[in-house]
Amino acid sequence: MKKLESTLLNMVMVLTGFAVFAGGVLATINHITTEPIAQANAKALAEAIAKVVPGFNNEPASEVDTVTVDGNAYVVYKAKKDGEPIGVAIESSANGFAGALKILVGFDNEGKIIDYSLLSHSETPGLGSKAAEWFRQEGKGDIRGKDLSHGELTVSKDGGEIDAITASTITSRAFLVAVGRAYKAFQETNKQQ
Amino acid sequence: MNNFKVLFNGIVKENPTFVLLLGMCPTLGTTSSAINGMSMGLATMFVLLCSNIVVSLIKNIVPDMVRIPVFVVVIASFVTILQMVMQAYLPALYQQLGLFIPLIVVNCILLGRAEAFAAKNNVLPSMMDGIGMGLGFTLALTLLGAVRELLGTGKVFNLTLWGENYGMLVFVLAPGAFIVLGYLIAAVNKMKKAS
Repeated sequence: MKKLESTLLNMVMVLTGFAVFAGGVLATINHITTEPIAQANAKALAEAIAKVVPGFNNEPASEVDTVTVDGNAYVVYKAKKDGEPIGVAIESSANGFAGALKILVGFDNEGKIIDYSLLSHSETPGLGSKAAEWFRQEGKGDIRGKDLSHGELTVSKDGGEIDAITASTITSRAFLVAVGRAYKAFQETNKQQ
Repeated sequence: MNNFKVLFNGIVKENPTFVLLLGMCPTLGTTSSAINGMSMGLATMFVLLCSNIVVSLIKNIVPDMVRIPVFVVVIASFVTILQMVMQAYLPALYQQLGLFIPLIVVNCILLGRAEAFAAKNNVLPSMMDGIGMGLGFTLALTLLGAVRELLGTGKVFNLTLWGENYGMLVFVLAPGAFIVLGYLIAAVNKMKKAS
């Protein structure tokens, strides 16, 4: 078969044809994958909630509340067992070393931190990315069980009681700021009730 | 040139990373661990294979003057498909590589092979070229990722070989990527000279 000549008509026809065809294919795939993507996201969220406020038997992902503190909106997921509230999971974020650091923090009814989960971040791999485990392992970096009513948590370098991740003080500070913001949102939630 | 020669060509003689030095952005950006490098390589290989096949099929109905835009449309479509499918069925991997998947579109290996090989050859050799180049890219990225992960954290594919405390962190970061890449290219050149 001879190659098509580069006349204006041919070029317009071919380009339009390919664009329309590609558009059609992408629309179809998008249609097919929309639901699995939504399911995958919902599953990831549900797993994170189950990790930070374990023991509920309702569906916190569908019992959502939004509170506003200092102009920022925070999403609050309410965990209940047999209808009784056992805690909340609060989405919070702060500016880390290389972008937004998004976390989900679980508080029990007294406001103690149960656990946390790193939802998304763009910290340095091998350094700041250790935040996913650092603040929940045994030792001085542990924030589990902490009560923020006596004041915000700070890293030991700033006179606080939490050990920062080695060589990632900025990430650690951002993480604790995010935790502090989540706690403020927690107080706001309690006020509303 | 027979088909196997074409396949082998991409893996060793014209390895896209070590010899052609194409696609340096994903090479340096995603190889902080062996598994990341391998996933990126496989994702690129998938797009390369599909785009090579399609380009070799459509080469006669595309007028010369608009061939580049058409090739880009083909490549971008496959990348978008890959992105959506990964997001739907492999969310964990997508979270790690998410940022780099759309960048496959501008990876010069893809347009380079479409232009230099698939647009001049038939379907079968083009397929072989796609697989060969893809494998070469995957191997290079896996090797680079493994070396960086080993030197940086003492692990390969998450298997601990020695403690993390002995890791040299610089190798996980960007400067380490350049250093390791430089030494690997030197080693490949040395081996090629010897043979």
